[in-house]
Amino acid sequence: MNFRHAKTFLLGAIALGFLASLFADRINPYWLFIFYDIGISIVMAVSLNLINGYTGQFSLGHAGFMAVGAYSSAVITNQFGDLSFLAANGIFAVALLAGGLAAALAGLLVGIPSLRLRGDYLAIVTLGFGEIIRVILQNMDKVGGARGLSVMHGWTNLFWTFGLAAVTVYVVASLVNSTYGRGFIAVRDDEVAAEAMGINTTKYKVTAFVVGAFFAGIAGGLYAHSKQFITPGGFGFMQSIAFVVMVILGGMGNTIGVILAAILLTLLPEGLRMLSGIEHLPGLTAERPLGWIGDTRMIIYSLLLIVLMLTRPQGLFSLKKSSVQK
Amino acid sequence: MNILRPSIICTVAFTIAGLLTGCNKPSSVPGAGDDTIKVGEFASLTGSEATFGQSSHNGTQLAVDEINAAGGVLGKKIQLLTEDDQSQAGQSATVVRKLISSDGVVAILGEVASSRSLEAAPICQQNKIPMISPSSTNPRVTEVGDFIFRVCFIDPFQGTVMANFARKTLKLQNVAVLTDVKSDYSVGLAKFFKEGFTTTGGKIAAEQNYSGGDKDFNAQLTSIKAANPDGIFVPGYYTEVGLIALQAKQLGLTIPIFGGDGWESPSLVQIGGAALEGDYFSTHFSPQASTPAVQNFVKKYEAKFKDAPDAMAALGYDSALILADAIKKTGSTDGTKIRDALAAEKDFPGASGNITIDANRNASKPAVILEIKNGAFQYVQTVAP
Amino acid sequence: MTEFFQQLINGLAFGSILALIAIGYTMVYGILRFINFAHGDVFMLGAFAGFYLAPKIATVFPLPSIAGAIAVLIVSMLICAALGVAIERLAYRPLRKRPKLTVLITAIGVSLFIEYAGQFFFGAAPKKFPDILPVLPITKIGGLSLNSNQLIVLAVTLILLVALRFIVMKTKIGTAMRAVSFNPEAAALMGVNTDVVISFTFALGSALAAAAGILWAVNYPSIDPLMGILPGLKAFVAAVLGGIGNLPGAALGGLIIGVTETLVSGYISSTYRDAIAFAVLILILLVRPSGLLGKKEIEKV
Repeated sequence: MNFRHAKTFLLGAIALGFLASLFADRINPYWLFIFYDIGISIVMAVSLNLINGYTGQFSLGHAGFMAVGAYSSAVITNQFGDLSFLAANGIFAVALLAGGLAAALAGLLVGIPSLRLRGDYLAIVTLGFGEIIRVILQNMDKVGGARGLSVMHGWTNLFWTFGLAAVTVYVVASLVNSTYGRGFIAVRDDEVAAEAMGINTTKYKVTAFVVGAFFAGIAGGLYAHSKQFITPGGFGFMQSIAFVVMVILGGMGNTIGVILAAILLTLLPEGLRMLSGIEHLPGLTAERPLGWIGDTRMIIYSLLLIVLMLTRPQGLFSLKKSSVQK
Repeated sequence: MNILRPSIICTVAFTIAGLLTGCNKPSSVPGAGDDTIKVGEFASLTGSEATFGQSSHNGTQLAVDEINAAGGVLGKKIQLLTEDDQSQAGQSATVVRKLISSDGVVAILGEVASSRSLEAAPICQQNKIPMISPSSTNPRVTEVGDFIFRVCFIDPFQGTVMANFARKTLKLQNVAVLTDVKSDYSVGLAKFFKEGFTTTGGKIAAEQNYSGGDKDFNAQLTSIKAANPDGIFVPGYYTEVGLIALQAKQLGLTIPIFGGDGWESPSLVQIGGAALEGDYFSTHFSPQASTPAVQNFVKKYEAKFKDAPDAMAALGYDSALILADAIKKTGSTDGTKIRDALAAEKDFPGASGNITIDANRNASKPAVILEIKNGAFQYVQTVAP
Repeated sequence: MTEFFQQLINGLAFGSILALIAIGYTMVYGILRFINFAHGDVFMLGAFAGFYLAPKIATVFPLPSIAGAIAVLIVSMLICAALGVAIERLAYRPLRKRPKLTVLITAIGVSLFIEYAGQFFFGAAPKKFPDILPVLPITKIGGLSLNSNQLIVLAVTLILLVALRFIVMKTKIGTAMRAVSFNPEAAALMGVNTDVVISFTFALGSALAAAAGILWAVNYPSIDPLMGILPGLKAFVAAVLGGIGNLPGAALGGLIIGVTETLVSGYISSTYRDAIAFAVLILILLVRPSGLLGKKEIEKV
């Protein structure tokens, strides 16, 4: 993948997001908010791809960083009442940035054990950090505890979600494709050899965690201001797993594949939902011929996941026939 | 890049197709169809809280079937569109938006958990679609706006009822509280119970917590035992309460355990068995109550689902009945008119007691306190609001 | 002091079930180097197998009785052993040469599949597990309450651990298991049929999970299709804590998690109970990166 036109792509995507946001009120709100979900999934999956795909670390706690970003940004914006268009977007930008920075700090904390641990040990520690963040939030009465936190402003729109998704893609892609960024891939492919070549593997691993967490925090901010209600339970380890699935299905270390997987996996449950609700399309009786899909929707989803992994283990959208066998 | 092009085109096409179908749908008149009135329901049919969502959904479905069998409302049948939110945060907002903007429902029924109701409520409020929560007890749910109603108690009422019962009827001095910190219902009920109990001179001997889904409570109960209380308040769900009672007895704790309407389910006694004898809980109705609404509901539910109804089923049933009644009274499916009719509901005879909607759109109805005796629920007393 | 010993007993009883589940995790890891996420769900299936079998077995052996309980235990262990082999054959074997992450995602898929299918077929509401063991009166020793179920859990765990140790150390298949775990290629060259060994490992691990499921259900007689998630997660933590791939380590890890969780929630705060297992794990891994009894893996260059 060549990112020579990366800047054009970035500007194009932001401009498109801005244009689209002007027509937002023409779009069915159900689909509009699904688009937000897609944008947020892209930010999450692409940033996780930096940690899991490019750097070869194994994080199972990405939803924890998202939680940090969501709560931090929501606490900030909840301080403000109704604001003018410009002020609102200004505050929102600051809140998103603050959420990202708070998450980056958490990423730094998690990144440090990664210096000593690898593989499954690292996976379980990141999972543990995610769960600890959830339990701490659950016990913080100031942000609602188990009851959850209402977010007053629904400031997330197409411009912010797709603009920031584009920024995430741009940053991750240009980071990895730069001379400096080759270090991430070196760490993944052979840590010992990379170390021997004089690459500071420590620095790369921690950088991957910090940058990945930063964008997860931003995604959290977008999520909070789109759903307008957040609970600690919404950032559990099943959420983290969902993002790992996107990365693996897209093909580890394949940004475009991961983006497509994020889109597909966000749309898939809705598609199954539509199939099950097909009885209110004209021409079909109210007998719900496909009603069983509704009842077994999640069984079908998990079966699809298994079948996809068995038939396309290198990822759904991988360029190479098969990834390196180790 | 070339190899990828087809898949990108596919995805883009898929997205645009979704956009278009999405755009076309809402043009249909709200309440669509000529012969049906569409009512949306969102419930946790799968996932960690599926057992509550399914109960509530069964009750709602039963009510809708009953209404349709009797000819429907305004000469039309009610079509219940149910969406599953998988007990997951973030999902209820999505499905409620779908129900409102793609399906064009006239009202929304749901959810059991307050956190998921709170996620959906602002959307209903914005779209001026009345929403009736069957069993979200957190006070904040109806504070979202004037289109949000509920047919259950709120935490302050039930917490105070149980505090007074513990103080006055059971004459308890020192009570331990065992809260489910994962559930907003449990946390809220515990809070108002503690306030009520301490203001009337009682003492909280110990406070312990667990998380919904836990099975081992020995650690908490051993600590409670060491604090030597004369009763334990467990504001949790029946899924855990049966085990808590069993383990308490195994540890030699013979003091009464009591809780709220989350206890009410046939599963409670199946699991807890003899360990629950002499324990109390507050709820909406007594199965022995002879009001026709209760008897009719219990009979029909058992016939249809081969199982005794729990509190969630009764509340789900009532949420649909009261909505149908409001539509009938106002003679229209317009959201604002339904809201006005709902707000004016008085002494509506539901399966969970006579419901009066108060100024804050909460159900005001008496609570019933039941004792578990010989494996059955025995009526003890009624507490008026 | 009484309270402390009571908490210790509580912790040991809870920890020994975790230990049984953790051993299944660790065995599969030792052989295949991947985390079998569906293990907690096999544990759940074990409990449900017991639930549906008990009435049938009651026609042969009257329940509750010791003989009947053993029959329920053995039959559901056999059923789950077969299920474990089937899962490995269908979902994991085709991916054996693939990167570990791919297999991990498949395992998560299998886990979700079992959970959702369980909710669909068994129903989501919790079910009462039948009394298969005669309930003895609660024994009291100087203020300590000991119930017969807790003692039985400890005893069965111990018996199964000894049996497992015998299989792994003294039998031919056990030697083959150790050989495959040490170096699969070399073992294959020496004439060990790795496929058979891996199937056997899955059968053994799943049978242990089923046993844990039955013991769990005897102790906590409320079973539901999602009951495997939390114990599965904690057992996984226990396996990593003890040094993943190490059998005594998993048992030790299970006991440590059980006892720490109980003591911390009894004495410090039960609010943070869910986070305790992870906090302990992170602290220990920072000091000993390959777990308590795990061997430090030498980096091959």
